[in-house]
Amino acid sequence: MSDYKQMWSELGLDLNAHDALLSVLSEAYQNIFLAQKMRPQGMKYFDFVMSEVHGLRIKELMDAKAEGRIVVGSYCVFVPEELILAVDGISVGLCAGAEFNFEGAEQVLPRNLCALIKSAFGFKLGRVCPYIEACDLVVGENTCDGKKKAYEVLSPMVKDLYIIDLPQMKTDTGKMLLKGEYLKFITKLEEISGKKITYESLKKGIDIVNAKRKAVLRLQELRKADPPPISGLDALLINQVFFYDDPVRFTNSVNALCDELEERIKKGEGVSPEGAVRVMISGCPMAVPNWKVPYIVETSGATIVGEESCVGERGTQWLTETKGTTVSELIDNIIDRYFKIDCAIFTPNPSRLEHIKEMFKKYNAKGVIHYNLQFCQPYIIESGLVESNLEGNGIPTLRLETDYSQEDTGQLKTRIEAFIERIKG
Amino acid sequence: MNVAGLDIGSRTVKLVVLNDGDVVHTKKTINSYDPLEIVFRLLDGVSYDYMVATGYGRHLVGDALSCNIISEIKAFAIGARALYPSCRAVLDIGGQDTKAIYLNEKGELIKFEMNDKCAAGTGRFLEIMAHALNYEDIDEFSKAACSVTKAETINSMCTVFAESEVISLIAHGAKREEVALGIHKAIAGRSLSLLKRVAPSGDVVFAGGVALNNCIQRLIAEELKRSVFVPSDPQTVGAYGAALYGQTKVR
Repeated sequence: MSDYKQMWSELGLDLNAHDALLSVLSEAYQNIFLAQKMRPQGMKYFDFVMSEVHGLRIKELMDAKAEGRIVVGSYCVFVPEELILAVDGISVGLCAGAEFNFEGAEQVLPRNLCALIKSAFGFKLGRVCPYIEACDLVVGENTCDGKKKAYEVLSPMVKDLYIIDLPQMKTDTGKMLLKGEYLKFITKLEEISGKKITYESLKKGIDIVNAKRKAVLRLQELRKADPPPISGLDALLINQVFFYDDPVRFTNSVNALCDELEERIKKGEGVSPEGAVRVMISGCPMAVPNWKVPYIVETSGATIVGEESCVGERGTQWLTETKGTTVSELIDNIIDRYFKIDCAIFTPNPSRLEHIKEMFKKYNAKGVIHYNLQFCQPYIIESGLVESNLEGNGIPTLRLETDYSQEDTGQLKTRIEAFIERIKG
Repeated sequence: MNVAGLDIGSRTVKLVVLNDGDVVHTKKTINSYDPLEIVFRLLDGVSYDYMVATGYGRHLVGDALSCNIISEIKAFAIGARALYPSCRAVLDIGGQDTKAIYLNEKGELIKFEMNDKCAAGTGRFLEIMAHALNYEDIDEFSKAACSVTKAETINSMCTVFAESEVISLIAHGAKREEVALGIHKAIAGRSLSLLKRVAPSGDVVFAGGVALNNCIQRLIAEELKRSVFVPSDPQTVGAYGAALYGQTKVR
């Protein structure tokens, strides 16, 4: 660990605060993940990744930088990893999932802002996220008003902040906007990496990311089984690691896990007794280490079988088409793919609702828990429409609104238990 | 066979014991920093063969006494329905939670909602406001509110902000009783909007400690224009429901 200390201190981390953070994280990981019963062997890889999330992985990033590759950090699934890989860069999700240094964040941001944004600032200002410190480029995106305006505050704190504007309607002009923005982003990537995107490099990037998405979609398919071969917590963790790990190694590890899960299903083995209550989660993203609600759900007699979330199927459900013989055709394929993402910043946003219903049926869920971060306007407003539509279609729905603090655990547990009782009848 | 239902709430702990469906024992006590000790005291000298715990402290007691547990939402649904078989909705305003529950014709739970994580609009809120207005107790506070017809408007439902609002109204010469009525109206209004969202129609059972408050009772009945039943002992509906649930388990 000592060589990491030197690396962390070279990155400018606050070593004491960082140690404290890692020790809390490791304890939480022990209680939430390692304490689970009937875990697949293949989860050992992800346990290792998590134990080295601020260590070995950062070392890999630093080694890559030394070889002249760039590290690009982002907070959103609208930032195409394919393009970053096409300039031989490394794409990483940035830390925004824990209540860390909110006092610091609240010195530069209003208190009534969503926990995800506050967390990103808490990590940055507290100097405990090695990812953001390792970044050659931080990419922001105009999704919600909170993030859009917060990037103005973040800008002077990071080496290079680049903003991608995003459309808010699924119209032809919306798509043109996205295309223009992605083309500008390519120019920016080429400029800072000193590498040109070619057909070969872009095709390779698309193939790598497609393989990664295919692996998590394969995992999703396996969660249809009753009993589910893997817990919702472990599946969420994999979807979280999706944003950090080396994409090829990640893909291989998910596929190896899936091989094991297929064997489990054949034997009828699973994480919960057959017939246990199956629920799915829909709503705001859960960034590492935000495991609060899934942990309560899975320790209250239910298993989560799907996540309609950016850290979940909303982020991974489509592959990028590989047809075409030119860079420009491949870029169009990328735009087609990303323009489908049904984030609540779009108005109206009917395909998200359809996707929830489709997942509900496909994974044989018995209820939907709509997860909302407090002050996340797009999803909170949409949740009313989602709930009435789902309930109208006979789908039991529980809307939860919470943040990263632990103080409402008791109230959440009451609601979740009552919801499970309601489903059981 | 004696079946006990224990409801460990944030402010009070309630016990109901049934023998072949008849209530043979009812006990209530104020909760403390040590709920287990309160529970042991409450159970002292009470004989029971089976117990079901509910309420905020259900897991603590469930683990300590290895008894069955159900959520307070389910417990109130069962209890209310047993007392008023025609009811389709339950409004429970307790010490720190407000719950609105909707039942189908068969009495099964089909929808519920609870207030957000703060104590706004709950029993605790009333206590703090009574204190801010220097009333001796909730009873005096409620009577004062009932004695007037004009009310000040209380905009904030955050306990902390509402307290400053009350102090500021008083500083501007507002009548204490009218502020008191304003506070009661604000709670009734907030609870009703929760109830209407969850349970659009049907007879309502109003339960929980706040249902003892005559002024809130009256405001809710006037505003709702539906049958509102208040049990003779609205605080024990959850414990009663838990005991009834226990009975179905031992049979």
